[in-house]
Amino acid sequence: MRHWPLLILLLWALMALVGPWLPLSPDGVHLDSILQGPSPGAWLGYDDLGRPVWDRLVFGARTSFLVALWVVALSLVVGTVIGALSAYVGGWFDLLVVRLIDIFLAVPGILLAIALAGILGPGIENVVLALSVVGWVGYARLARAQVLSLKHRDHVVAAQALGAGTPRIVSRHLLPLIAAPLIVEATFGVAGVVIAEASLSFLGLGVQPPEASWGSMIRDGTRYMLVAPHLVLAPGLAIAAVVLAVNLLGDRLRDRLDVRMRRHG
Amino acid sequence: MLSFFASRLLATGVVLFGVTVLVFALIHLIPGDPVEIMLGESARAADREALRAALGLDRPLWVQLGDYLAGLARGDLGQSLHYRQPIMEILLERLPATVELAAAALLVAVVIAFPLGALAAMYRDSIWDRLAMGFSLAGVSIPNFWMGPLLILVFSLWLGWFPVSGREGPASLVLPALTLGTALAAILARMLRSALLEVLSEDYIRTARAKGLADREVLWRHALRNAALPVITVLGLQLGTLLGGAVITETVFSWPGVGLLTLEAIQQRDYPLVQACVLLISFAYVAVNTATDVVYAWVDPRIRLGEG
Repeated sequence: MRHWPLLILLLWALMALVGPWLPLSPDGVHLDSILQGPSPGAWLGYDDLGRPVWDRLVFGARTSFLVALWVVALSLVVGTVIGALSAYVGGWFDLLVVRLIDIFLAVPGILLAIALAGILGPGIENVVLALSVVGWVGYARLARAQVLSLKHRDHVVAAQALGAGTPRIVSRHLLPLIAAPLIVEATFGVAGVVIAEASLSFLGLGVQPPEASWGSMIRDGTRYMLVAPHLVLAPGLAIAAVVLAVNLLGDRLRDRLDVRMRRHG
Repeated sequence: MLSFFASRLLATGVVLFGVTVLVFALIHLIPGDPVEIMLGESARAADREALRAALGLDRPLWVQLGDYLAGLARGDLGQSLHYRQPIMEILLERLPATVELAAAALLVAVVIAFPLGALAAMYRDSIWDRLAMGFSLAGVSIPNFWMGPLLILVFSLWLGWFPVSGREGPASLVLPALTLGTALAAILARMLRSALLEVLSEDYIRTARAKGLADREVLWRHALRNAALPVITVLGLQLGTLLGGAVITETVFSWPGVGLLTLEAIQQRDYPLVQACVLLISFAYVAVNTATDVVYAWVDPRIRLGEG
């Protein structure tokens, strides 16, 4: 039982990666089954257009998985490079980066992402772009703080004395040491992005119909809540399960890697 | 104290200026042409140019920014493209609803979080602790846009206790405030628990216990007071998430605040209004955090002496 968060995440990844090769028809319309509840033939029932909810759920998993992967990867790389360089180089560059981070942190992230996604227009690439513009800041701040505390250590000074350049010192002597807290932060980041992607899709700013997203499934389902609550329950449970699993995993990872961060509790 | 206050105020001014430039730049540099959207793709080139000139969009970006900043200093945010009315008027009309919702959500969060956090810390590792932390984990994992519809289903459609949407009377505030406040309650309960656990292991608590004070007395009179301070700071920081989440919650409940206005402005491609909404919410967030800092420094002299 201890491993259920991992199982949920594996299932999520599996649905996302194998989904397109399964015999599913997320856009297939069954006019005689509109709003039908779960049945042996379709165990999650059908939506308002007569499309099978399970099939759409699997393709929605693909959307959220791909967006989460891309956004966290992009934010992590960009944020870490900027933050680590900023702390290591120092001077006016550091001052500039710190100001920029402060300014980004003053704007509620999801709000800025909503505005950006809205102006960029719908589409999965634009969702990734909007969330990454907002997402890099947290990693940059963390990487900067970590490097600041490490840059005067003996092994770094020794590398400098041996004539190693900045890129080499940052990548070989600093990044490996700051990886643990960044990995923990990235794990929690996945949970945040899953919710953010679904939020954008819920608001109609995410993927384009007929492509499936858990967020847009909930939005479409709310209109039929009284007659067909399964339309809202299924994707909502999927999101909650994934986010819960990621958060639990993050907690465990943090304990395992013994990372003390600003997240308490 | 005065110099601390002044330096905080100056820093806040710099951040607000930066936020304005950032939001302006992001919104203007993103591809998408408001003129084309207003006139449609089939409009004549001459008409487009005329409208562009009338809106001042044909000038260099930095001139537009300078103009915007000058307007902002006078409290003029420009005209809404959709409503054709000063943006300031629209914002002032919508602001009370959001303030009301945010305040109610904050209240919900505190009312849920404090007993829960205190219970979890006092009876550490007990069933109460597990339940409280289980609730907390569930609270951060359930998104607003799912929680809202579920509450509507149960309390509006099935039980008929509260209205489904809109803003008419105190009853209509209950579900939106619960939706928006629960996630914050979950985070706060966790924070309070760990802050309390730290405080409860201190010497003065042992002294209070040794004097024969009851657990309840120790908690209320001694521990909670010191544990509450860091929690209040977090409360200020989390307000950003709360205000950001207001867009979704207000959409779910058709609550006529700034959050819903933001989404409407996006749908109507009313860029100046989108920009103003983002700025207003960010400014509110920054203002609350500065206020939190100042109050904190006033309550706890270690902070202002450390910084000044």
